[in-house]
Amino acid sequence: MKIVILAKPVPDATGQERLGPDLRLDRAAIPPVINGNDEYVLEAALRLRDAGAEVSVTLLAMAGAFGPDALRKGLAMGADNAYLVSDPALAGSDARTTARVLAAALAKLEFDLVLAGVDSSDGASGVVAAALASLSGLPYLSYATSITPDGDKVRIKRFSSTGYDVLEAPMPALVTGMQALGEPRYPTLRGIMGARSKTITTWALADLGIDPATVGADAAASRVSTFSIPDARSAARVVRDPAPEAAKQIVDFLIERRAI
Amino acid sequence: MPGTLWAIAEAGPDGHLTKLSAEVATLVRGLGAAAGRDVAGLVTGTPGAVAAVAAELAAYLPRVVALEAAAAATSPIAQLAAQGAVQAIGADPDASIFIGNSPDGRDTAGFLMAALGVGVISNAGGVAWNGGPVAEKGVFGGRLITTSSFADGHGIVTVPLGSVPAEEAASAGVVETITLAGAAPTVTVLERVSEAAGAVQIEEAKIIVSGGRGVGGPDGFALVGLLAETLGGAVAASRAAVDAGWIPYARQVGQTGKIVKPEVYIALGISGAVQHKVGMQGAHTIVAVNTDPDAPIAEFADLFVVGNLFEVVPALVAELESRKA
Ligand SMILES: Cc1cc2nc3c(=O)[nH]c(=O)nc-3n(C[C@H](O)[C@H](O)[C@H](O)COP(=O)(O)OP(=O)(O)OC[C@H]3O[C@@H](n4cnc5c(N)ncnc54)[C@H](O)[C@@H]3O)c2cc1C
Ligand SMILES: Cc1cc2nc3c(=O)[nH]c(=O)nc-3n(C[C@H](O)[C@H](O)[C@H](O)COP(=O)(O)OP(=O)(O)OC[C@H]3O[C@@H](n4cnc5c(N)ncnc54)[C@H](O)[C@@H]3O)c2cc1C
Repeated sequence: MKIVILAKPVPDATGQERLGPDLRLDRAAIPPVINGNDEYVLEAALRLRDAGAEVSVTLLAMAGAFGPDALRKGLAMGADNAYLVSDPALAGSDARTTARVLAAALAKLEFDLVLAGVDSSDGASGVVAAALASLSGLPYLSYATSITPDGDKVRIKRFSSTGYDVLEAPMPALVTGMQALGEPRYPTLRGIMGARSKTITTWALADLGIDPATVGADAAASRVSTFSIPDARSAARVVRDPAPEAAKQIVDFLIERRAI
Repeated sequence: MPGTLWAIAEAGPDGHLTKLSAEVATLVRGLGAAAGRDVAGLVTGTPGAVAAVAAELAAYLPRVVALEAAAAATSPIAQLAAQGAVQAIGADPDASIFIGNSPDGRDTAGFLMAALGVGVISNAGGVAWNGGPVAEKGVFGGRLITTSSFADGHGIVTVPLGSVPAEEAASAGVVETITLAGAAPTVTVLERVSEAAGAVQIEEAKIIVSGGRGVGGPDGFALVGLLAETLGGAVAASRAAVDAGWIPYARQVGQTGKIVKPEVYIALGISGAVQHKVGMQGAHTIVAVNTDPDAPIAEFADLFVVGNLFEVVPALVAELESRKA
C-alpha cells in the first residue's frame, strides 16, 4: 500500500513566533518542525507497517528553504522519501492556493491513501484537506482517531462530541487525523543516520504546471492590514490560606464576579 | 439582492441548533444591518430532522433555507452542507459565508472554498464591516491579534465560539425548504457510537471544572466531577490527563482539543502551558488551584489559589453546599 503524508513544516511552537515587516509569520526566525497533527498521521502509517502490512510512506510538503530540515525528521521517524514543492513565488500563499498546489503535486504521485492533519499549529485554518480532497476527487474522511485499511476500503473512527462515528470509503481516499491516533515515535539514532541517504525531491511550480502569477501573497484572497497586542488580564488575586478559608474566598470571588 | 451574507448552521448531537451556530447567526444579522445587505441562514439535515433546527435558526435570521438531504442519514454532513450551500447561494458572486469553526464547520468551509474558488479567513473572533468583512483574529496562541480583510470584499469566514452573544431577532424569519441535488457522496457512516450521552458538552457549558496531571488519576477526576456537579458545570481536562487515559479526548481543552469560552473556568492541577491556555483564555473568569505558586497559570488566572486540590476541592464543595442551604 502507498501512503502519502501531507507534512507541513511549521515553526516550533515555543512562544517565540512573530510577524515580519510584511505582517506575515517570520519563518526564518524559528527552527521548523513537522506540524504536530501531521506527525500523528505519520505515526499511524508507520504503525500499519509495524503491524506487518507492506506500506511505503512518502512525505509531501509545500514550504520554503527551511522545508528539508523539517522533512528530515519525518524521514528519520521512518518515512521512505519526500517531495517538497518549493518556489520563491509561493511565499505568502493562502489556504486556497495551498490546496490547489498540493492537488497538483498529488496528481504526480501514486497512492492508496493520503493522510493529513486536521489542522496546522500556525495557520490553523483546518480547511486545506477538505478542499484538497474536493479538488482531487478523493473521498474525504476527517478527524480520525483510528485508521484501518481493509482490502480496497479504508475505515476510520471519526471523533464526535459525544463519542465517535465509524466511516468507510473506497481507496484511494484522503483521511485527516490528530492526537488521539497515538503518540509519535522519536527517531532512533539509526533512523537519523538512515534519513541522510533518503531522497527529498524538490519540485518548482514549473514542474507542476502552475503559473507563478496565480500563487503567493499577491494572489492571496485575504490580507492582514494591522496587528495589535491584546490587553493582558489584570494580575491574579492570590489566595494562600488553608483550604476552608480558601474555599470561602473562592465562593466570594465567584459571587463578586457574578459568576454564580 | 446580490452580496447576501450567509450563516451556515448545524445541529448538535442533541438535534438542536448549537450555541456556536446561534452566535454565528447573530453575528451575520448584525453585519447585515451594518452593511445594508440581505442575510440568510442555511442548515442541512435529513428530511425528518431539518425542519426543527431550521425553525430554531429562524429565531435569529429573517430568512432560513432548510436543506433536506436524505444522504445525511448515512454520510458525513459537511460535504452535503457545502453542496447545498452552492445550490442555495446560486449565482451570487459577492456573497460572504460565515461558518462556525467546529469540525463539521471547518470541513464545510474547506469544501466550499474549493467549490466556489473563494478564500477563507479562519478563526475570526471579531468581525466588523468596511466594504466587506473585516476580521480580527488571535494568532500565535492569542499573543497577537491581526486584522484582515478579503482582497475583493467577500469570501468565507470561520468563526470561533464567543464572537458575539447569541441574541434572537425581534421576530422570527421565514423558512424555505429545498432538496439537495446531485450524486450521493462516497463516504458512508457505518455506525454512530455515543460514549458520553447526556453529559454537558464543554463548548456549551457556562461553568467548566477542568483537571490536569495534578489530579493524579481517575479517582481524582471523581472529585473534579463532584465540584462540576455542585456548580452545575461540565468536566474538562488538560492534555496530560487525557493522554494518561483518565478522561476521554472529547473533554480536552487546548490547541489540539476544544476552544471554550465559559463564564467560569476552574483549573485544578493544571500548570497552564501555552497549548492549554489557547483553549481557555477566553473564559470570563479563571480560577486556578495549584500547589506550585510559580505555575504559569498564575499569570493569566483571575484568582489563584496556592494549595492542594485534594484539600481545597472538598472544602469548596462543602462551602457551596452550605451556602445553598
Ligand atoms: C498566523 C497565521 C494565520 C493565517 N491565517 C490564514 C487565513 O485566515 N486564511 C488563509 O487562507 N490562510 C491563512 N494563513 C496561511 C496558511 O497558514 C497557509 O495558507 C497554509 O499554507 C495552509 O493553511 P493552514 O496552515 O491553515 O492549513 P490547515 O488547513 O490547518 O492544515 C491542515 C493540514 O493540511 C496539510 N497542509 C497544510 N498546508 C500544508 C503544506 N504547506 N504542506 C504540506 N501539507 C500541508 C497538513 O497535513 C495540515 O495538517 C495563515 C498563516 C498564519 C501563520
Ligand atoms: C503540539 C502540542 C499540542 C498540545 N495541545 C494541548 C492541548 O490541546 N491541551 C493541553 O492541555 N495541552 C496540550 N499540549 C500539552 C501542553 O504542552 C502541556 O504538556 C499540558 O497542558 C500539561 O498538562 P497539565 O497542566 O495537566 O500537566 P503539568 O504541566 O504536569 O501540570 C500539573 C500541575 O499540577 C500541579 N499539581 C500537582 N499536584 C497538585 C495538587 N495535589 N494540587 C494542586 N495542584 C497540583 C503542579 O504544580 C503542576 O502545575 C500540547 C503540546 C504540544 C506539543
